Amino acid sequence: MTSIFDKGSIRRRLTIQLFVVAAILSLAFFLIVRAVAGQAASETQDNILAASATSIADSLYSDRGSIKLELPYSALSMLGTISEDRVFYRVLIGEQTLTGYEDLPSPDAWPTRSETVFSTFDYRGEEVRSVAIVRSVSTGSQQTKVMVVVAQTRLGLAAISSQITVTATAVGLGFFLVATALSLYAAQSALSPLNRMALSVTRRGPKDLRPVVTKSPSELAPLVDALNNFMSRLRISLAQSEDFIAEAAHRVRTPLATVRAQAEVSLRRLEKPEDKKALREMIRAIDESSRSAGQLLDHAMVSFRTDSLETKELDLAELTHETCRALSPTADVKDIQIKMDIPKHKLPIKGDPILLHNALRNILDNAIKYSPADSDILVRVEEDENYRVSVIDQGRGFGDTDLKQLTSRFARGSNVEDIVGSGLGLTIADEVVRAHMGSIEISANSGGTGACVSLIFPRS
Amino acid sequence: MRIAHFSAVIAFALTPISLGAFEIESQKFYESTYNEVVLRIISTADIDVFEPIILEFQRIHPTIDVEYVIASSTELMKAIYEEDAVFDLAISSAMDLQTKLANDGYARTYVSDTTRALPSWAKWRDQIFAFTQEPAVMVISDKYFTDSPPPTTREELITLLRNEPDRFTGRVGTYDIRRSGAGYLFATQDSRNTDSYWRLTEVMGRLDAKLYSSSADMISDVADGHLALAYNVVGSYAASRLGSTPGIRIVPFVDFLSVMLRTVLIPKTAANPVQSGLMIDFLAELNSRPYLTELTNLPPINRDELEANSAARPIRLGPELLVFLDRLKKETFVRSWVSSIEQE
Repeated sequence: MTSIFDKGSIRRRLTIQLFVVAAILSLAFFLIVRAVAGQAASETQDNILAASATSIADSLYSDRGSIKLELPYSALSMLGTISEDRVFYRVLIGEQTLTGYEDLPSPDAWPTRSETVFSTFDYRGEEVRSVAIVRSVSTGSQQTKVMVVVAQTRLGLAAISSQITVTATAVGLGFFLVATALSLYAAQSALSPLNRMALSVTRRGPKDLRPVVTKSPSELAPLVDALNNFMSRLRISLAQSEDFIAEAAHRVRTPLATVRAQAEVSLRRLEKPEDKKALREMIRAIDESSRSAGQLLDHAMVSFRTDSLETKELDLAELTHETCRALSPTADVKDIQIKMDIPKHKLPIKGDPILLHNALRNILDNAIKYSPADSDILVRVEEDENYRVSVIDQGRGFGDTDLKQLTSRFARGSNVEDIVGSGLGLTIADEVVRAHMGSIEISANSGGTGACVSLIFPRS
Repeated sequence: MRIAHFSAVIAFALTPISLGAFEIESQKFYESTYNEVVLRIISTADIDVFEPIILEFQRIHPTIDVEYVIASSTELMKAIYEEDAVFDLAISSAMDLQTKLANDGYARTYVSDTTRALPSWAKWRDQIFAFTQEPAVMVISDKYFTDSPPPTTREELITLLRNEPDRFTGRVGTYDIRRSGAGYLFATQDSRNTDSYWRLTEVMGRLDAKLYSSSADMISDVADGHLALAYNVVGSYAASRLGSTPGIRIVPFVDFLSVMLRTVLIPKTAANPVQSGLMIDFLAELNSRPYLTELTNLPPINRDELEANSAARPIRLGPELLVFLDRLKKETFVRSWVSSIEQE
């Protein structure tokens, strides 16, 4: 029993148990009703039979030494009132039948005066219930015992009991159905707090590690406490690892800058081309490491800020302008022109300015990095029901990379081995956008080569 | 085999003639168009009363021959109860004897849509089915009631008979309850319904009442002027004679009116119970054939008519009818009756 229930659903388990209980109760109800009602019906017949026999016995009298009977009309009419059963009677003095049906069986042992003997037997092809009582009638000097036997077939009783059975069955079945429906409902409602809690936990974002505050019944409190405890430990552990990465990145970046500066100085001093090449390789590797460290720092910062997002009123148009301006020197180095298609009016948005800058900068930085020299990058801001900030470049695009994978941490396009990059840029942008209830869209540039990355924010 | 067949033929040939120990009054064979089965009916009703019913039945069921045997109700009882005579239907006005047949297991159960539609008081155990309701009435000769209206209650009748013994001595008729089942039934029901019954019997005894075993003879004697009045005559017989017999009148009592139900049952010995059922259905639906009522003067079961007449006391089918069949009870009753009616 338990082994079946260990797995599987609590609801099914509850339902089956309640169902079984309802079935047992219904059956018990049915049997009890039938037994009690059958008993009552049978007692009713016995009582009428006894009354009939008594009224016959009361009509015995002695007439000049012999016993006579004035059979009362009511003695048999009362038996005919309830049902259409056959009626038999017999009055005996000793072995002699005074009147009635001579072959109607009588008890072998005569009942005493106060006794009423009931019996059931077959007579003239049908089951009959009979009653026998004894009276003493005085005939002159002596007392003579007279036995009165009255019998009746049991068709009426059978009809009543079958009617009771039908009623009891109907009521029992109804009871069972109602009980089953109620037990389904009970199982459902007993489990609803559990479902509610499961839903509230499932609906959370991947980084939401706040304690569960859903109202829950006392039975679930230990589970909720354990869950909250577990989540707080997880949160602390995650924060520690983020801190660790940020700390590590910070500690690495500063010495790297020094090393790079020294390497630059040394490069100018070197004459041999192979030495210069080796040193350039070194600078390139240092750049890569430094950039990665920077982005790891950014990522840690973004993670921290999105966890506890502080928003203020901003102008998305101005924010985009600023970002473009900040990156135009970098673009100039590669002779890349950043073209802006931004509405002149204010585009109010609520958000964290540092995060939004960061996201835009990462996208634009990516675009500059992967664009060929002397090309254009278009930054366009559109407004419909959402804001859509698109960065369109003429670079190499994403090749045949799965676009959905790109926003995961450290994922890079399949065609970018020759360019320094950590794979964190899109991840950062994605996290920022999602913290602002927006989404990111990555597609191949519809108008030729290159990629189009759009950040979509809902209008506040 | 051949011998068995032969003896069966002899038995069949002999049965109508020597039906055993029970006495028959008369019998008649109604051949149908196709002669497929013979429905044997034992009945207390006269042939001329019942004939239109048989003919109409055969018109609808042309395969069924009908052998109609008339016997008194006690002989009918004897035939079925004691002699196991083979009949497919037993029709009798003696409700008590019919009840005893059913109670003691000599009747078959029959249920059809038609019998289900019968009112509950018109059937018992799905074995006895009433198809007529016939009041016990008084028939008077106009000749004796020229100047005074006839009495309409038993008390009035007692007073009239007491006050004018010369006018009525030897001119009062009633059933001999020792010989007539219907008479016994009416007498016992009267004794239950009113205390004046015994006084009435006393008065009739003092007037040297004439005793009859059939309604028909009583009505004839009233018509002939031998009787001034006949007490407890089966109403349907009186009604059927009314048209052809001038000088008689039917007086229904207003204090109470015993209503006898003519009943039919299928004896256990029935050879063709299916055809018996057809006849029972036909009889139970007599009220749908008013022309038959007109021809037979048998009033069909009619609940509304009984309810409209507050004096009507339909005799109920049921085990209580066995009370007056009790040997001791009957002895006592008949002894009291005889000592009242015969005052020599």
